[in-house]
Amino acid sequence: MTKGIWVFVEHRENLIKKVVFETLSEARKIADQIEDELCAVLIGKSNDSLVESLSEYGVDKIYLAENDVLKTYTTDGFTNVMSDLIRKYEPRALLIGCTINGRDLAAQVAQRLATGLLTDCTGIEVIDSQLVFTRPIYAGKATVKASCKTNPVIATIRPNTFAAVQNKKDPKIVKTVTDCGNIRQVVIDAVRQVSQRPELTEANVVVTGGRGIKGPENFKLLEELADVLGGAVGASRASVDAGWAPHSMQVGQTGKTVSPTLYIACGVSGAIQHFAGMSSSKCIFAINNDPEANIFKIADYGIVGDLFEVVPLLTEEFKKLKASS
Amino acid sequence: MKIIVLAKQTFDTEAKLSLDNNGKIDGQGVKLIMNPYDEFAVEEGLRIKEKTNGEVTVISVDKEQDQDALRQAIAMGADEAVMVVPGDVELDEYATATILAKVISKMEYDIILGGFRAIDDGSCQVAGRVAESLNIPVVNMITEIKIENGKAQATRDIEGGSEVIEVKLPAVFTAQKGLNEPRYPSMKGIMKARKKPVKIIRLGELGLVEDQIAAKVKPVSYTLAEPRKAGQVIQDEPAKAVSQAVKLILEKVKVVV
Repeated sequence: MTKGIWVFVEHRENLIKKVVFETLSEARKIADQIEDELCAVLIGKSNDSLVESLSEYGVDKIYLAENDVLKTYTTDGFTNVMSDLIRKYEPRALLIGCTINGRDLAAQVAQRLATGLLTDCTGIEVIDSQLVFTRPIYAGKATVKASCKTNPVIATIRPNTFAAVQNKKDPKIVKTVTDCGNIRQVVIDAVRQVSQRPELTEANVVVTGGRGIKGPENFKLLEELADVLGGAVGASRASVDAGWAPHSMQVGQTGKTVSPTLYIACGVSGAIQHFAGMSSSKCIFAINNDPEANIFKIADYGIVGDLFEVVPLLTEEFKKLKASS
Repeated sequence: MKIIVLAKQTFDTEAKLSLDNNGKIDGQGVKLIMNPYDEFAVEEGLRIKEKTNGEVTVISVDKEQDQDALRQAIAMGADEAVMVVPGDVELDEYATATILAKVISKMEYDIILGGFRAIDDGSCQVAGRVAESLNIPVVNMITEIKIENGKAQATRDIEGGSEVIEVKLPAVFTAQKGLNEPRYPSMKGIMKARKKPVKIIRLGELGLVEDQIAAKVKPVSYTLAEPRKAGQVIQDEPAKAVSQAVKLILEKVKVVV
């Protein structure tokens, strides 16, 4: 008898990733539908505040796998622990945020347990008591619904897809003994840029600069707009290839997939490769001086004009609204 | 150094999608290209080969006739190309990886490279699964790799930065954009690629029983996405257009200002 819908809790420096709360919220609905329990799996170092924040999101049970070795993510360390937990408790499903490490973990666990993995999902439903996942494929030009014949089904969930809904519970804590096994990846060094802005894939608002931004110095304009909206700044392939922005900022087929509430494309022509990375945005707003630019064919709203004039006006307009609210 | 590169063909991004009579994505007549991330993997394989006097073998799982990506890899400088032909069997990532691992387990290898994801189904899992099946470590999304004394140090993307991971070889590495700039095939390479036979391996030759490669994932239905419609372009002097746009945006979506 397999039981439980599990959600992997990705956390760092005492903060749980937003996608975890989004996934828990959607998984709560599914668990209610099939009368199953919702469990969070926290690997690494836990504390009261992490447990407290999980209990705000409808969790019935929290599995804690603590070990100092697991303070830093390693593919093997987390794969070993997660696979052992699954073998022991036999959940129905394991859901993981589709982040860099989430994807990494999901594939290894899936092969070790000889089960299926559905990646970057944007929908979960129950059909004939089976979990069925929706995932965009072919650069967002199609979607496939798929299930898994084996237990557990593993799925990674696209950030910013589901709303995080608070739902206070008093979860049962299950401490598990953790043998981390053999870890073959040794982390020699890690570098993180310090940024006050949200992660590109998690941001509610993304402001992207394309070829029209004309140079690296002009990204400042986009940063000012993003900061008023608490958003992140992205770049099109053209501006990354021109050396104006690092690849970590690239949105598109050979960059990141983002799904914000509001996507503001500034001087982006709107190639299909770009669309692949932002087509699931809820609202697309485009500024381009070329009325024929492809971006206007997919944007909800657009202004044909000089971005160097329009973007500062936009920043001012949002600032005014902010001041008056 | 023996280098293996996993490469696949994907639909050209510009390709228009349609569904066939069975409601599946129709591949008929669609132009195929080598998955761009796999091109980075081929290029890195060639660079390691040049530094270590090594040998690059490119492997693909596909229809026997769809050899363009393999031939492109040979034209770029790969030494051998292997096409594993599954025939009519429905494969998922589990099955594909299991097959690849079986093929590779019969070969000599120090390094296995692949793209971190394919641009068609974007599932980001076959290379990692191959590592797991071969019981060797994987490092995903690398942007740099240095090899010394049977070990590799690879720089990989992490959220908001990068980290350097050291592993003993053999190991699997998946390529992220930024790893290198793939070369264009030389004239000599293109001539070579025309003549070079691709080694064909049929599923039956591998000694895998049906159970071992039964797909775990079951597609239920495919749907073509409704194309996003062109919205409203606001025609007005900039200041007025901006306040109009902001009003419309805030009516449509909730953005905290």
